[in-house]
Amino acid sequence: MCLAVPAQVVSIRGNLAQVSVEGALREVHLGLVDDVEVGDYVLVHAGFALERWTEEDVREWRAILDGTWPGRTE
Amino acid sequence: MVLSFPSGHSTRGGPSADQLGVIRQYAEALGRPVRLMEVCGTHTMVAFRSGLRSLLPENVLLISGPGCPVCVTPNGYLDTAVELSRRPDVILTTFGDLMRVPGSNSSLEKERARGAAVQVVYSPLDAVALARERRDKNVVFLAVGFETTAPGIALVLRTAREEDLQNFLVLCALKTMPAPMRALASGGEVAIDGFLVPGHVSVVTGARAFAFLAEEFGIPCVVTGFEPVDLLVGIGMLLRQLTEGRAAVEIEYTRAVTPEGNREAQRMMAEVFEGSDAEWRGLGNIPGSGLGLRDSYTLHDAAARFGLEVAAGRELAGCRCGDVLRGVLAPPECPLFDRVCSPASPQGPCMVSSEGACAAWWRYGRRG
Amino acid sequence: MTLPRLRTDRVLLGHGGGGLLTKELLEAVIIPALDNPLLHPLDDAALLPVEGSGGVELAFTTDSYVVSPLFFPGGDIGRLCVAGTVNDLAVKGARPLWMSLGLVLEEGLAIAELERVIRSIAETAQAVGIRVVTGDTKVVERGRGDGLYINTAGIGQVVAPAPLGPGCIRPGDQIIVNGTLGDHGMAIMAQRSGISFSTELLSDCAPLWDLVWMVLQSGVELHAMRDLTRGGLAAALCDFAESSGYGLRVRESDLPVRPEVRGACDLLGFEPIAVANEGKIMFVCAQESAGLLMATLRAHPRGQEAAVIGEVTAEAPGMALLVTSIGGERIIDMPPGETLPRIC
Repeated sequence: MCLAVPAQVVSIRGNLAQVSVEGALREVHLGLVDDVEVGDYVLVHAGFALERWTEEDVREWRAILDGTWPGRTE
Repeated sequence: MVLSFPSGHSTRGGPSADQLGVIRQYAEALGRPVRLMEVCGTHTMVAFRSGLRSLLPENVLLISGPGCPVCVTPNGYLDTAVELSRRPDVILTTFGDLMRVPGSNSSLEKERARGAAVQVVYSPLDAVALARERRDKNVVFLAVGFETTAPGIALVLRTAREEDLQNFLVLCALKTMPAPMRALASGGEVAIDGFLVPGHVSVVTGARAFAFLAEEFGIPCVVTGFEPVDLLVGIGMLLRQLTEGRAAVEIEYTRAVTPEGNREAQRMMAEVFEGSDAEWRGLGNIPGSGLGLRDSYTLHDAAARFGLEVAAGRELAGCRCGDVLRGVLAPPECPLFDRVCSPASPQGPCMVSSEGACAAWWRYGRRG
Repeated sequence: MTLPRLRTDRVLLGHGGGGLLTKELLEAVIIPALDNPLLHPLDDAALLPVEGSGGVELAFTTDSYVVSPLFFPGGDIGRLCVAGTVNDLAVKGARPLWMSLGLVLEEGLAIAELERVIRSIAETAQAVGIRVVTGDTKVVERGRGDGLYINTAGIGQVVAPAPLGPGCIRPGDQIIVNGTLGDHGMAIMAQRSGISFSTELLSDCAPLWDLVWMVLQSGVELHAMRDLTRGGLAAALCDFAESSGYGLRVRESDLPVRPEVRGACDLLGFEPIAVANEGKIMFVCAQESAGLLMATLRAHPRGQEAAVIGEVTAEAPGMALLVTSIGGERIIDMPPGETLPRIC
């Protein structure tokens, strides 16, 4: 099970953040992750951020979508 | 004729390097049939939606496991949910996934048509918000899912307790993944050569939670992501382990999964829930595979509040969902499949849930 | 043949989804009692020969509009009801001429809102050249309707130079859409309660007669058109595959989908090809006409993002197929009914 999608944090108010999934906006709860800032990418499941992605994670994801990811090597 | 026009639209990337080539190479080197289980229902969906099976070498067989919460939820639970929805003092909130699942003689979709207050929500947060708005009703949330979903539900329960929001209740049937995978690995009924480990469960539990599969049972495991390409790479990594005669838990989905997982989410779960035995449709009762509310949260337990007992499951005659969930039977091998059982008239849970193995087979796999 | 049996003794929301459940309801409850050769094709509009007219053929359609909210980004129920009526006629190659307007008003609806809707109907109809020539007004008690429901019927005169319809398509034909998929459905979904997400998406709600008229005059060898509403592209492909007996194969990587539609679909577990549109048409034309059709569509404001998405094939008779981004192939199925957000 478990659909989860990466989303970019647009704004933060307390424990709640507005995130954008390629332009679709949704409020998510940040109570399960630390140190999230505006501009970060988080993995969202059922309204909760489950993980904060590093810039490298985001680059890899973008490369997958662009079809330029070489795969996991060593 | 090939027409080419510029397009700035969103697509889903295809494989760039030759991931399929890697798979073919290892599959050929192995030279024997290999059975890999994708445990997670979302993996099942991605595999079918992307037509992945049509690309795999003949000797690489992908079988679907018990990681679809709708499929493994006993129908006794649904009967209780239906009973709750009939109470005039209750607004029932649920993930959309459960709406169409038949219990013994009704479904939430049908109860809503008869006038029951059943509301589909995207998040438990939406259910709590409704409870704040509607203090005149008991807002019951159907808590189903695995470790991915449980921390968020734990968090809203804690919030409800802090706010003394006594009209927010859950009917709890949360489950955890490692125990049924142990049952599958030790059952010996079906030989599994490798596991594609659920990626989003592992975000919370950490990959280490599945180490026992490699260490105790010698089964290669790869924690895999959810883009079609992730699945190709994950399968390639499993085949490589098999070729090299190794068994380890490797992470393909490194952009989300660590060995330790999300500590805060684990802490939140432990604060609100405790391990319990749970009934899995098709797998029976598995000790320690469920999450029950701790005593300090009894006030928010719908079963306790209304004195309900979730009845044991009653399977439909002839339905082989249990065998399908254990990977013993492929959906088309079930005597009901496509004859009396189809998404328009599902007999068992694997056909009801869109991520169920039977529904996925029926939708995307009938050709060829 | 055994008659299909309904699995419920009550109407479900999904029966209005334009997918499998809708089809079942029609086949089990409605068609058996009313079937006749003119109804039988169950197409966007019925084609009615006018006796003694020397070959004049009329297209006749009806539709009901129950959208909530009444005013949504990119349109409103008034514009929607004209666009829907016009497009059902247009895809049968008929110039829209006359329409009826049946209003079911809920007690308490603000007159100002009704006036806004009526103005929108007038403006949209005038721009297309269709006239509202008859109508009806009913009021139901407060709480018995979402403010306003509209039913329309439309009549048009067939002007297409050749017959159109799924029966006219053949292997090799190209499948083309005039723009991005799923905009209307996701724009509306964003306004629904309980599924709080938001976008800057606008509904694509628009009457497309002028676009179709350009195509009909262009010399394109057109074989069929379908208005892509409920059930989206998926329902249209399944319908065409079933009624033509050929396979329809589309390529995932060529489907025009806005990023925010894909994002919202990913979030909620939907597929863009099963989401509703209100200003999109699927065209099926002869292979050698595809270039001309694309050029014609792209010259129109509502066709700027047109795309060739696939072709008709003699393989896989009766099936709609998707070639996926990783090069796999799978069946496109008729969407079941109500689209529910999932977490799995």
